[in-house]
Amino acid sequence: MTDVPDNLSYTETHEWLREEPDGSYTVGITDYAQDALGDVVHVELPELEAEFVAGEEACVVESVKAASELYAPVTGTISEFNEQLESRPELVNEDPYGAGWFFRIIPDQSVSTNDLLDAQSYEEMVEDE
Amino acid sequence: MPFIPHTSDCVATMLGRIGESRVDALFDEIPEGLQLEEIQGLPAGQDELTMLRELKELADLDTPLTCFAGGGSYDHHIPAAVWDIASRGEFLTSYTPYQAEASQGTLQLLYEYQSMMCALTGQEVSNASVYDGATALAESVLMAVRASRRAKKAPQLDVLATAGVHPHYLAAVRTCVYGQGINLRSLEITPAGITGDDLPDDEPPLALIVQQPNVFGRLEDVDRLADWASERDVMLIALVNPTSLALLKSPGEWGDRGADIVCGDGQPFGVPMVSGGPTHGFITCRKSLVRQLPGRIVGRTQDAQERTGFVLTLQAREQHIRRAKATSNICTNQGLLVTASTLYLSIMGASGLREVAARCHENTTRLVAALCEIPGVERRFQGPFFHEAVIELPISAAAVSNTLAKNAQIFAGIPLASWYSELDKCLLVCATEKRTPAECERYVQAMRSALSS
Repeated sequence: MTDVPDNLSYTETHEWLREEPDGSYTVGITDYAQDALGDVVHVELPELEAEFVAGEEACVVESVKAASELYAPVTGTISEFNEQLESRPELVNEDPYGAGWFFRIIPDQSVSTNDLLDAQSYEEMVEDE
Repeated sequence: MPFIPHTSDCVATMLGRIGESRVDALFDEIPEGLQLEEIQGLPAGQDELTMLRELKELADLDTPLTCFAGGGSYDHHIPAAVWDIASRGEFLTSYTPYQAEASQGTLQLLYEYQSMMCALTGQEVSNASVYDGATALAESVLMAVRASRRAKKAPQLDVLATAGVHPHYLAAVRTCVYGQGINLRSLEITPAGITGDDLPDDEPPLALIVQQPNVFGRLEDVDRLADWASERDVMLIALVNPTSLALLKSPGEWGDRGADIVCGDGQPFGVPMVSGGPTHGFITCRKSLVRQLPGRIVGRTQDAQERTGFVLTLQAREQHIRRAKATSNICTNQGLLVTASTLYLSIMGASGLREVAARCHENTTRLVAALCEIPGVERRFQGPFFHEAVIELPISAAAVSNTLAKNAQIFAGIPLASWYSELDKCLLVCATEKRTPAECERYVQAMRSALSS
């Protein structure tokens, strides 16, 4: 059974987001996504200050059996990334909603939750897959 | 058709299954105007005996020439053991095998090839080879642009080549990067046949290609060029003749930081000249760039019982996994030729390779000196060179080269007019370790009489 925490927002491309007190959003991939990828062996992270449009490719996640992209869930600027993933990519598998986070992004404008999925909708979506 | 086991019964059965009466019906989708009844200029089908006889007659029209030409493909001695071993059934394959891990011997050989190329070029990782030197350079350019930290913000994707990068290589790079929006520009050749001081001060390119020795055999001041690149965060691509690395310092040691990517053609290592191909290309690089490296990579690992084994590694870079986002459309290597190169290197060893390189250089030096004693013949570019040099004649080099081929069965070198119109009296000359003093003397005599008549 895949873990879908209630307090997060989700995308159809299997990213999760959490709003931080400073207005930035922390982004990672879901438990479902890490399980589908298998053992993650490398993560290519964005640079600080890099700007992305929602839906644009922001990271590459490489596992033993696949390579896939993590898409920017909102339009904005990267304010921080998880340096630990460079030496310990396995954190994505071990703790996808915690130590396995990818980056923080400051949105250009306020984020409308209409564009994102809540936990229940995301869970329904992956059950259909 | 002895090798295609389709009996007329087979064909009838297959046609029956799909509900067609004639094989030609399978091509009905192609508009009639595009269907060729016969191919112009091709004779009708022949039986094997007639065909072999005709091909033999054609082959016999070739006069064997004593080769003093280089320009990227060199007439080196190949120890008999190289192809004797490479032709064994266990090794005789053109590619990395499917189910590669079932072929541990092939993978071990590729791993050893990669290790030797890393040692020669002074780099941390190597792939299992690509098609040839020119595509290796093209892939290196694409790789450098992908890896460049400045590419995202650069107004345009500029790549700069030093003077005297082989024109065929530049043409291949242009073909491969066409459509990727990469601009390739070359620096001017100085009167000394090398790169001058015209490196751009502002708006540095994303990558700099340095060929050492350059197409004229001249040695570039690689430390200066490497430091120029390193100070401006320009990716440095070294294009090298692998034989030269037995004597010259490895690109990993160029300047303070060394080259980022090293590439070239593996032909000098045990691959015959055979009409200019096939050969294999090598690419080595820093470990930090390994995910941008195209092609197959063999790694050494341990199995569950801690036995050493070899695997294809980092395959998520490759087409069969990454699809459209793969680092390259190259998904194989030049298996057979790499086998020959690996055997060549292991038979020659470090000291053997050094001896080959030194003897080639000695032979060319002596030959060029003797040619330059002929009135009107002189070296076009002064300064240090390796194993090949440009001489200037009083008349058209192409005409002289034809005369020597016809009258003395000597392939005198490469007339440079078709590459550089201003060098129409210039000949690129190379005498490998295979050339004997008697052959060189015969060349000098033939040149003397060609120029005096």
